[in-house]
Amino acid sequence: MAAPWFLFLLLAAPDAIQGSGCRANARGAGAEGCGPTGLLLEHSFETDDSVHFRKRGSLTWNVQDGTITLTQRQLTEDERGRLRDVAALHGLYRVRVPRKPGTAEGLAAAGYVSSFVPACSLVESHLSDRLTLHVDVAGNVVGLSVVTEPGGCRGHEVEEVDLELFNTTVQLQPPLTAPGPETAAFIERLEMEQAQKAKNPQEQKSFFAKYWHLILGGAVFLTAMRPARGPAPSPEA
Amino acid sequence: MPGRRRSGAAAGFPIMAAALAARLWLWAALLVLAAAVYEDQVGKFDWRQQYVGKLKFASLECAPGSKKIVVATEENVIAALNSRTGAILWRHVDKGTPEGAIDAMLLHGQDALTISNGGRILRSWETNIGGLNWEMSLESGSFQMASLVGLQDVVKYVAVLKKTTLTLHYLSNGHQKWVEQLPKSESVHYQMVYSYGTGVMWVLGVVPNSHVNIVKFHVEDGEMVQQVRVSAPWLKSLSGICAVVGKAVLVCPDPGTRSLFTLALETEEEMKRTPLQALELEFGQGFQPWILPTQPNPSGASRSQFFLQLAPSHFALLQHRPEGLSMLRNFPQTALVSFGTSGEKTVAAVMTCRTETQKGGSVEEAPAKTPSDKSNSQEALVCTNQTYTINLYLAETGRRLLDTSITFSLEQNGTRPEQLYIQAFLKKDDSVGYRALVQTDDHLLLFLQQLAGKMLLWSREESLAEVVSLEMVDLPLTGAQAELEGEFGKKADGLLGMFLKRLSSQLILLQAWTAHLWKMFYDARKPRSQIRNEINIDNLARDEFNLQKMVVMVTASGKLFGIESSSGTILWKQYLPNIQPDSSFKLMVQRTTAHFPHPPQCTLLVKDKKTGRSSLYVFNPIFGKWSQVAPPVLKRPILQALLLPIMDQDYAKAMLLIDDEYKVTAFPASRNVLRQLQEIAPSIFFYLVDSEQGRLAGFRLRKDLTTELSWELTIPPEVQRIVTVKGKRTSEHVHSQGRVMGDRSVLYKSLNPNLLAVVTESTDLHHERTFIGIYLIDGVTGRIIHSSVQKKAKGPVHLVHSENWVVYQYWNTKARRNEFTVLELYEGTEQYNATAFSSLDRPQLPQVLQQSYIFPSSISAMEATITERGITSRHLLIGLPSGAILSLPKALLDPRRPEIPTEQSREENLIPYSPDVQIHAERFINYNQTISRMRGIYTAPSGLESTCLVVAYGLDIYQTRVYPSKQFDVLKDDYDYVLISSVLFGLVFATMITKRLAQVKLLNRAWR
Repeated sequence: MAAPWFLFLLLAAPDAIQGSGCRANARGAGAEGCGPTGLLLEHSFETDDSVHFRKRGSLTWNVQDGTITLTQRQLTEDERGRLRDVAALHGLYRVRVPRKPGTAEGLAAAGYVSSFVPACSLVESHLSDRLTLHVDVAGNVVGLSVVTEPGGCRGHEVEEVDLELFNTTVQLQPPLTAPGPETAAFIERLEMEQAQKAKNPQEQKSFFAKYWHLILGGAVFLTAMRPARGPAPSPEA
Repeated sequence: MPGRRRSGAAAGFPIMAAALAARLWLWAALLVLAAAVYEDQVGKFDWRQQYVGKLKFASLECAPGSKKIVVATEENVIAALNSRTGAILWRHVDKGTPEGAIDAMLLHGQDALTISNGGRILRSWETNIGGLNWEMSLESGSFQMASLVGLQDVVKYVAVLKKTTLTLHYLSNGHQKWVEQLPKSESVHYQMVYSYGTGVMWVLGVVPNSHVNIVKFHVEDGEMVQQVRVSAPWLKSLSGICAVVGKAVLVCPDPGTRSLFTLALETEEEMKRTPLQALELEFGQGFQPWILPTQPNPSGASRSQFFLQLAPSHFALLQHRPEGLSMLRNFPQTALVSFGTSGEKTVAAVMTCRTETQKGGSVEEAPAKTPSDKSNSQEALVCTNQTYTINLYLAETGRRLLDTSITFSLEQNGTRPEQLYIQAFLKKDDSVGYRALVQTDDHLLLFLQQLAGKMLLWSREESLAEVVSLEMVDLPLTGAQAELEGEFGKKADGLLGMFLKRLSSQLILLQAWTAHLWKMFYDARKPRSQIRNEINIDNLARDEFNLQKMVVMVTASGKLFGIESSSGTILWKQYLPNIQPDSSFKLMVQRTTAHFPHPPQCTLLVKDKKTGRSSLYVFNPIFGKWSQVAPPVLKRPILQALLLPIMDQDYAKAMLLIDDEYKVTAFPASRNVLRQLQEIAPSIFFYLVDSEQGRLAGFRLRKDLTTELSWELTIPPEVQRIVTVKGKRTSEHVHSQGRVMGDRSVLYKSLNPNLLAVVTESTDLHHERTFIGIYLIDGVTGRIIHSSVQKKAKGPVHLVHSENWVVYQYWNTKARRNEFTVLELYEGTEQYNATAFSSLDRPQLPQVLQQSYIFPSSISAMEATITERGITSRHLLIGLPSGAILSLPKALLDPRRPEIPTEQSREENLIPYSPDVQIHAERFINYNQTISRMRGIYTAPSGLESTCLVVAYGLDIYQTRVYPSKQFDVLKDDYDYVLISSVLFGLVFATMITKRLAQVKLLNRAWR
């Protein structure tokens, strides 16, 4: 998936291609250059339902081969306790990443994309979650999805040790290319059918060739009937 | 085109022998799906109403004794109406874009001339049959004015004035006689052209705040004879203000110096000033006065009498004579005026409020109010009881004509007449009679005539040409049914009381039944065509199968209609005054008819696009009455309104209104609703879309009715912009949770009720780089379920989102054709949590299948059929630009159609893939009843599972029923009751005889 994605990037902004094959951001909005770029991943879970984002880790997005990796620290004792409290209150566990790469605070103006899962489902899944970063055709961040595995809150008890380390899968998801009408395959199929017809001589026979026995049989039958009727009036004659 | 096939297969396909060739199989499957109506069913279940739109130009004076009115409208329609009935005689619909806009219409004899597309196209129409005589394309240039030009009593030419040129065309064939460049056209704004049959014509132009330029041309050869410059430093514009009266005398009002200026074009070279004080008149404050002249015949001089409008409700009839201007009559407190001519007589029609002082038809009755009553004359006239009177005055003298008053009242409060056209004719006794065409600001056309005590000949509701939103509401129960229902609703009051009540309601039922029987017996003797059940607001009742409904329509002019769906009769109207033209409307049904004795309740949210101000209107959709319930006052613009499934004690669904500060207002805000809201607040999520910023955001409700942001997505607006966001219909039922595949396993559908389909179009419109994007987003969690781009594609995109599928149509810029893409979402062969759906608990993404097809036409509207329980197979109703509605089986747009048919795909009844979807005329549900400029299709379930009600709207409105899987739950019209009952009786009889015979035989055997 990665290779065609990058090719399209090149096509989309041909004027921005530099000698080395790196890409400067054509939109002029920031420092997206060659090689990997960093995105700050933040999370928020507060018992009073307020929003206060703290650093969870950082995503490293390699633009050239379209891969993404996450490095993150483990939860502190205090955070674990708070996560449990929030889960008990049916609060939300939120995550966000900035829309433009970089870690500086000044990028807040460009905005963030954010998502959430119920905190209880994160606790019950033992901090195993799946993050998907959606980007558009030009490589801009569109959205962030987070799901826990398994999902849902069933009220299971969770050991303290299970809440120490995140077990996270990260994924980069560019839009798929929707297929167009498959005319070539259809025509191929039609041709194949025709060829098959051509090969099969039975279907090529003419009307008389196909039904000669029926016609002959009918003719014989008719001729056989005629003499039977013929002699009937003869006694009078 | 009524078809002749009524094949009996119910839902699905016939089972075919596997040995048949795939192609033959496909055709057989297609043929069985085709449906059509019989010739005798035309108009039985469907109706169409045609409209022309709001009038721009109208002409009543076609030819003496002709029965038609030629109109040109804002909807770019030219049409002729029958003046006796108001029916459309013929109608031509031009493009809906500004390219089709009609700039001018002139009538000459049997021909109507129109100029459209900014003066590019000149057409001549034959008004009797509506045929096009000829069409000429003109040079481009900003169009100013067109006028008929006569020469020695014969009108032979039409002059078209543009910014830089004047052209003369023959009326007979449209050919250009000559074209002349206008002098100094870069500085002079030429705006008027005038002639009166003397062989010369004048073109008047103005240099604002400087002078008037008058150029005189010879009609025969186009030679410029004379050019005069008249100083007029006070004048800014000619058109719509000044006019030429009499024998080429230009009259201009000047509010600055409070005077009228006159200039005889032939003789004078300086404007002559007449102060208004000399005429005892005064202009209204801040009002631009203007002149209304009349020229009965283009080859003769204009009348020297003209109207001057001084204030919004103040007119004066003036006369120009060589010695100066004089006033014939003052008309304060007047709504509208118009001129009409019959033979030699020119009359002026004046519309005023009806005053109680008109007694005994006194001739020189002065209107009740005096011109000094300034406070009223500053604004347009509003009559207290909405009753207006039109009177006729002789133009020459200003004398009122006897017995010529027509009084009419407007039903709707807050409406005002906007335009008045009259047609005068001479009666047998040589007195003048007239007909009047009045258009009000709610786009109602009234045709009035003094005829045997009746005033109103007909009326047309032209606002229905611009329906913006509609809903279908069930009709209420009959009185007898309601009585029974009421018995259960009330509290018990003793055993005896209950018993008596039951007896009385049974009696009422019996009575209703006998009345019904009697009516049936009575009707049976009449010929079928005469049985026409008159539908009015009093006998509205639900039928057995709930096929008859009330259609509530909201029109762009702010008028609401209640239309009975089976006949198209308008049962009620309401007008919302002060609706800005560019408002958006959202109509919601808060309480259905099911909760007797509480009346049904609809809520209309109107939002002014410019100011963002929103207002809420609550009404009863059956009777059109404003509800007693006071809607909340909305101080801030409303961004989103959503109906919740929670109900108040009176069964009204709670509605949440989210304003631009993300605060939530609940309606109804009763304690019960607020308590329920608090309980379920953490599970109420909603989304907002800001298409300018490309931002989608989700919010969660807090217990104190504030909100918190829960998710946020941004589709960068510099790359692509959001054009459509569509969720699913909440009323939709999905009967089958999965599809049985060829190997007998089940493929479960992914039925996420919170799924949103978001369509974007790229900002880059280059045909190689343009694309459209499709995002499927969960509205609760903001999770992107699926995102794809369709490359080399552009809009307009039409999208239908239902069950587990999305169908969208776009233009392929590379192959230059229209294409459909279908997306279907499946969970796979196992269901994740079959008992309940939660967006918060769906770790696995659904499988997305997609396939594309070529469609041979562009489309103008698309909707899917919907039925009561969702058992019937779905069809897509596709409105084509030709006005036809194509009913396309969803099975043809199925991403599981195999490219190579296999044993399993045949088992599953999948049609082999073919890249094109064909349009078959027998799939048109509206046979020849085309719908012009279709904008939308609305579908509603009926009480019968097989039947779906359809309303298509645009310039016309069409209602019909469709049966996507045939009428499997209804006996056919021609069902043979006689045969089946005779067979039944015969069998019973035979049984009795054989029984008797058997007995005899048994007896005989016993004796043996």
